[in-house]
Amino acid sequence: MSELEFRTAIRDALDEEIERDPTVVFFGEDVAAPGGVFMTTPGLHEKHGPERVFDTPISELAMAGAAFGAAVTGLRPVIEIMFGDFMALPMDSLVNQSAKFWYVSNEQASVPLVVRSAVGAGGRFGAMHSQIHGTWFQGIPGIKIVAPSNPADAKGLLKSAIRDDNPVIFLEHKRLYSVKGPQPAEETVPLGKAAVVREGSDLTIVSALRGVRDSLEAAEALAGDGIDIEVVDLRSLRPLDHETVLESVAKTNRLLVVEEGTRVGGWAGNLLGIVAAEGLHDLDDAWIVATDDTPAPYSPTLEDAWLPGPAEIARAVRERLGVASPS
Amino acid sequence: MAGTYRGHGHALAKGTDPEALAAEMLGRKTGVCGGRAGSMNVIDLEHGLVGCFGIVGGSIAAATGAAISAQRQGKVAVAFFGDGASNQGYFHECLNWAQVFGLPVVYVCENNFYGEFTPMASVTAGGEIGIRAASFGMQSQVVDGNDLWAVREAALEAVGRARGGDGPTLLECQTYRHYGHSKSDPGKYRPPDEVERWLARDPLDLTRARLLDLGLRDDDLAAKDAEIDGQMERTVEAALAAGYPDPEQDSGTEFKE
Repeated sequence: MSELEFRTAIRDALDEEIERDPTVVFFGEDVAAPGGVFMTTPGLHEKHGPERVFDTPISELAMAGAAFGAAVTGLRPVIEIMFGDFMALPMDSLVNQSAKFWYVSNEQASVPLVVRSAVGAGGRFGAMHSQIHGTWFQGIPGIKIVAPSNPADAKGLLKSAIRDDNPVIFLEHKRLYSVKGPQPAEETVPLGKAAVVREGSDLTIVSALRGVRDSLEAAEALAGDGIDIEVVDLRSLRPLDHETVLESVAKTNRLLVVEEGTRVGGWAGNLLGIVAAEGLHDLDDAWIVATDDTPAPYSPTLEDAWLPGPAEIARAVRERLGVASPS
Repeated sequence: MAGTYRGHGHALAKGTDPEALAAEMLGRKTGVCGGRAGSMNVIDLEHGLVGCFGIVGGSIAAATGAAISAQRQGKVAVAFFGDGASNQGYFHECLNWAQVFGLPVVYVCENNFYGEFTPMASVTAGGEIGIRAASFGMQSQVVDGNDLWAVREAALEAVGRARGGDGPTLLECQTYRHYGHSKSDPGKYRPPDEVERWLARDPLDLTRARLLDLGLRDDDLAAKDAEIDGQMERTVEAALAAGYPDPEQDSGTEFKE
């Protein structure tokens, strides 16, 4: 079977779920007739019609609010907030309406909606089109955050997110859209479950999104130095599957968390705190590789240096483990 | 229907049990949301109340979204909000959205001329709020909000328009807050003559006068008043007598499984 491209995985998941469930509707800016600015949704409008797939005004707050109101009255909306950076605009509706409804209503009903966005730096987009907003929502109970790293997971996780009865924020890293990989083995991938994507015994590297690919690439390079690395792909940031991380650390005794985002207030720091509180006895070392505490820069030289890429991850591991860099 | 944080009347109008509503305001376990929501955030889906929103303007979006479902179900969505919310992004984004998609929704602005402590006129451009609809090509009407019959007539027309597939309406119902914004606010920032003028137009008194004009007898109205007063007293007593939720028993979950 041919390989699956990440952007096609997104499209296929939407297509199949709109087909499967008549209550699923999909709307956003430039998603219908134009097919999405990252070409993730071409053909859905033509196939499923304007009742199911439609373009909206540039009104992110109205979009999230409309999705909330539609979700509590019987529909299962999927919306696209084009760039994750724009998520500051619909935040009131997501935080104060969708995330709170299940609990505050005394469980009268939940809010089944999905908010997809393109996230992350490295695309030369500048500071207002490069952020990963997952951390903005990290401290909000009642909203799930999904962060796939490969096409098969992207498809299975998006299908699970659409079928989930709760609000889900779905992150799509821009530098993954053109990545190809194996077709999914299963119809869906469970939310809130991490995956060990490379087994090793010397060090556990935990990451998400593009960081998983970069960590795998670094692990291959470090294998040449005789360092045997295990890589854990979190796949969801809330609920955060710390059990899988603790199991891995129990084996390797060392933990590196790689986050494309700032060290302060990020999910990496939160994860490190949980591992310290619950797995200190297994831990010989633990640290974080993250971005500088500045916005994402624009210039290619600055942006590449700002991102924690494979070379930076490998360099950090060698330095921490006292292994000389290859000349 | 989506209400404001002062949405108790909206809930009662939709059929929420008065005792469950009073109990919710008092944080009791018999409340319509088990005491988890409180006075400002009441939700009663069984009676079509998708929520009351502590953030001004939130109701506008909730009703706009409910109208997407309503359009498919042959129903109508209604949002209540205050004059203050008409300066929120929610108002402008959602009215544009609803008109673009011809949604069956009625936006009811309860204009009481004060955004908490600040006079509406000092922070609101353009005078009336109703005229803002014109910029979206939306039907609108400014109504004497203290005249029950005027409100009913305007609401019937707006709901009929929505039901007939002719899109949304903005109703600006002008009224007044008889007391301060909250229990800690004596409302002294309002000119006394303004307060007097509005209190003289108390909608309950106006309605009573109109009912008498229509031929109802004063004795019958007094008997009705006494009946409802008694009912409300018993309702509040029962709500007060109900227990608080037990933290050991109320094992709320973050997510629906």
